[in-house]
Amino acid sequence: MNGYNFAYLDEQTKRMIRRAILKAIAIPGHQVPFASREMPLPYGWGTGGIQVTASILGSHDVLKVIDQGADDTTNAVSIRRFFARTAGVRTTTRTEDATVIQTRHRIPETTLTARQILVYQVPQPEPLYRLEPSRAEGRRMHGLAEYGAMHVKLYEDIARYGQVAISYDYPVMVNHRYLTSPSPIPAFDNPKLHRMPALQLFGAGREKRIYAIPPYTDVRSLDFEDHPFRPHRAQAACALCGARGSYLDEVIIDDRGGRMFVCSDTDYCAGRRAAGHVGTEGAAA
Amino acid sequence: MTDPPLLSARGLSLAFDRVPALAGVDLDLWPGEVLAVVGESGSGKTSLLNVLSGRLRPDGGVACYRDPDGALHDVHAMAAPDLRRLHRSDWGFVHQDPRQSLRMAVSAGGNVGERLMAAGARHYGDIRTVATAWLERVEIDPRRIDDLPRTFSGGMLQRLQIARTLATRPRLVFMDEPTGGLDVSVQARLLDLVRGLVRDLGIASVLVTHDLAVARLLAQRIAVMRGGRVVETGLTDQVLDDPQHPYTQLLVSSVLQV
Repeated sequence: MNGYNFAYLDEQTKRMIRRAILKAIAIPGHQVPFASREMPLPYGWGTGGIQVTASILGSHDVLKVIDQGADDTTNAVSIRRFFARTAGVRTTTRTEDATVIQTRHRIPETTLTARQILVYQVPQPEPLYRLEPSRAEGRRMHGLAEYGAMHVKLYEDIARYGQVAISYDYPVMVNHRYLTSPSPIPAFDNPKLHRMPALQLFGAGREKRIYAIPPYTDVRSLDFEDHPFRPHRAQAACALCGARGSYLDEVIIDDRGGRMFVCSDTDYCAGRRAAGHVGTEGAAA
Repeated sequence: MTDPPLLSARGLSLAFDRVPALAGVDLDLWPGEVLAVVGESGSGKTSLLNVLSGRLRPDGGVACYRDPDGALHDVHAMAAPDLRRLHRSDWGFVHQDPRQSLRMAVSAGGNVGERLMAAGARHYGDIRTVATAWLERVEIDPRRIDDLPRTFSGGMLQRLQIARTLATRPRLVFMDEPTGGLDVSVQARLLDLVRGLVRDLGIASVLVTHDLAVARLLAQRIAVMRGGRVVETGLTDQVLDDPQHPYTQLLVSSVLQV
């Protein structure tokens, strides 16, 4: 597109972000500050993710963007179109075909491979922020790996509710060293972080932080020995494709309490239906 | 007293701008011993406690801590992570105001468990058992384990702070006016409790107080401070029954007799 550099950001900015990314990969789970730019979309819409994507995108890349697993929501559509226009890269909704996947709040159901990069949009990169109001003290806690306070939070949940009551943004230990926020993905997705073959990059635009989980890195969700981490999922099958292992969205369909569960990953659901799987509502849809 | 001292300080001095807070303080604390530091407000008691515990850096002098393996550590030359680890495990600090160290938005059990979890405990059931045992030990009804500290009375808060501090079985506890701000009958019970705990667990303690009665009850030895100097030191009963220094005589004679 005329008047814009490839992938919108100027080359110096992309170099600066790539340096932050390299540092982040070298120290898995550690938050690296970077000079986040103003982007032509509001904070909270993925300004961090979009800068990371812009910096790593090459002209041969194939981009997929998902929002809560869906390819067809406003956020996903506009970011995908943004890069189609400013970088001229090919875009896709098929997980298998993508080389770069920018995501908000989900990891695709389809297993990712070593030739793919997953870019997360992160609203709050600091997992300690609810426990420790001071950023300086939080950094010190990271530096000294003093994470007892995070377990106090889990303890309180078990004491109060009988289980850990964190359903998304469930804190993880990356490479046995850094306590890290996985971004607000459902706890259901946490096991996929562990030793994922794809490179995982996390960008927080407002908070000006980048962090990374390199391929095949150990990622453990925090838990107690006698209360092990359990990923949660609605006890239902997808109404469209009948999947029983995927993460489901609950959709309200009328004002009389009617609801249905469908796969949150639209590409996964469409793929299953194309392969002939049908759920209870699948024929009608 | 055949063991070497647990904590020893030589020539500690500290000034806030030009106001001297400590001037050449020497002090030794042996394992299992409670040393009371008494004196009026502004005599440097709290500064001494803060310097000994590494929270303040002195202008001169050294404070050395002997770890369980017998190695000596200069408290102020120690790397920050080591000092913090010491504060989490081997040491404890009891503040006058329990709200300073307790997490008020976390249940009583969570407060006691925090030090255990910081020390690496990762078994919920075990943490809970230990927390329950500690609450019982400090005479808090174990059924209140899931209650928030803000529903506790002042005396209970102080006992909760003590339970939290002692849960990791520290060897050395710094106490800053632990009974200040409590009414007299609550003070008496708390003193009784602390005396029992310190004796049973063999904890060494530096206890800062302005209350000679507290020193008499808890401490084997006493150091009287005035203007940043230790003016008299000795066995508690000896110092209080037969004070030598005019200032100590004044302190002892100012205690109200009922």
